[in-house]
Amino acid sequence: MSEILTKSRARNVFYGGSLVFAAIFVLMTIDSHRYIVASTETEKTPLTEQVVLGKHVWERNSCINCHTLHGEGAYFAPEVGNVMTRWGVLDDPEAAYQTLDGWMAAQPSGIEGRRQMPHFEITPEEMRGLAEFLRWADQMNTQSWPPNDAG
Amino acid sequence: MKYESQKVALGYFVAAMALFGIQVLGGLLAGWIYVSPNTLSEILPFNVIRMIHTNALIVWLLLGFFGGAYFLVPEEAEREIWSVKLAWLQLGILIVGTLGAVASYLVGIHGGREFLEQPLWVKAGILVAALIFLFNITMTALAGRKTAITNVLLTGLWLLCLLWLFAFVNPDNLGLDKMYWWYIVHLWVEGTWELVMAAILAFLMLKLTGVDREVIEKWLYVIVATALFSGILGTGHHFFWIGTPGYWQWVGSIFSTFEVAPFFLMMSFAFVMVWKGRRNHPNKAALLWSLGSSTVAFFGAGVWGFLHTLHGVNYFTHGTQITAAHGHLAFYGAYVALNLAMFTYAMPMLRGRAPYNQVLNMVSFWLMTGGMAFMTFVLTFAGTIQVHMQRVVGDYYMDVQDQLGLFYMMRFGAGMAVVLGAVLFIYSQLVVRREVVARGKAMAGEVA
Repeated sequence: MSEILTKSRARNVFYGGSLVFAAIFVLMTIDSHRYIVASTETEKTPLTEQVVLGKHVWERNSCINCHTLHGEGAYFAPEVGNVMTRWGVLDDPEAAYQTLDGWMAAQPSGIEGRRQMPHFEITPEEMRGLAEFLRWADQMNTQSWPPNDAG
Repeated sequence: MKYESQKVALGYFVAAMALFGIQVLGGLLAGWIYVSPNTLSEILPFNVIRMIHTNALIVWLLLGFFGGAYFLVPEEAEREIWSVKLAWLQLGILIVGTLGAVASYLVGIHGGREFLEQPLWVKAGILVAALIFLFNITMTALAGRKTAITNVLLTGLWLLCLLWLFAFVNPDNLGLDKMYWWYIVHLWVEGTWELVMAAILAFLMLKLTGVDREVIEKWLYVIVATALFSGILGTGHHFFWIGTPGYWQWVGSIFSTFEVAPFFLMMSFAFVMVWKGRRNHPNKAALLWSLGSSTVAFFGAGVWGFLHTLHGVNYFTHGTQITAAHGHLAFYGAYVALNLAMFTYAMPMLRGRAPYNQVLNMVSFWLMTGGMAFMTFVLTFAGTIQVHMQRVVGDYYMDVQDQLGLFYMMRFGAGMAVVLGAVLFIYSQLVVRREVVARGKAMAGEVA
């Protein structure tokens, strides 16, 4: 063992092998990049200015540090990657906006012993963007995750 | 300590320990909100507390790595640090950036990509600090003796800093955003950080056990080879459900299964070196942390990681308390404990004390490790119930959470033990100057 695997051979295997795996990874990333763009920015689900605005609203309020979005984030509040499906408003932008706006306006609930969602200052235009962003995200091809509407 | 400029590590370690304190207190508060959800809900919401908890962790671990490098590289390169002033400047920038980030989180200014919430100027500051560091440490290494330990350490740190550039890339398309986000998050903790960890562990083994350098360095290359061979394509285990192609399910499952290998090797390495080594180093606490780190990393990152990494399993466990359980034990074992091992080894020298048995420090090891283990177990139980009720039966999220109260209470208790341990550790490093327990006869006279 020690004669076959010398230190310099081990070093060469490390550097050479890592480069090979990194190259494969980069190639797969390029393919995945194309796949994501082609499958999400479609005629039915365009990446509109509203969706982009909604993403910024989502980020500015750091929603990810309570909620999960496609399973990533904090585990303190419900999954929102499929919230529009759960609310039954996935195909109805106006109902999506109304439902989201109503929900947000009711927070914080103040109920004792229940997790509290803060109050956020969001304009009606931004709220529409957020609703569109969540509808758009809900329609991404997530390989049929989550297993059910509970998220 | 052989070189005067190694002293700069003390500044990094003290700053790191201060942030460590903030991190665990933030964690304790977040854990309490799970038990009593109305706590501070109007003044300091959960999302802000969590940002502080995770960001403080990441920054203090990085400070520990930087400080560790400034301590280790001079000894390996056999020369002083290229510029001590630059090292202090770098530390200053990082401290200002950290305080700035915390202050802006508290007033509600932050981004919303998880772990990358820092305002742009802080991100830029981190980049400048990283560039200063790379320049300074590379100049030091290039001018001196080149060893496998510095090679691997610098490879890890260079790649780590380069990957930070992805912090500035935020595509409008959520799918792309998520994919490139993992270029930092995964390729840090399951790639480049493992290189840093293995290099520091190798350095500690070299010093603590006295095993021949040739043996240690060959192990080191084998360990880091398995880390990157598995870890790079292992990124695929994050690409199962975020809009990426289906082939990642197989690539991610297979390669991330092999991610257990480097952690198993690091654990084996540490124990084999201790058995082989003839040196009876008096700093028993550093040895305890080194062995403890590699062992807990194997369980936290290796075993608990594998537990939910196969895509058929992850379909049900993704984004539940199972993930939280794994995250906590993996970070503690691999990176927290390893940094504390380095602090424990270096602090007696940096503060001009003879190495000693550090009884309080060892007590803190068991308190923290016991607490983290218990926390991991209860979160795993909570996660198992959550997976069944929510993902299999289809009960709503909050209804399920209401059933998990007992586990969250126990998690808070475990968190108390961790905080107590952390405070004891910091106290033992910064305040205690004398032996708490007198050294036995067998140990007397042996100083390495």
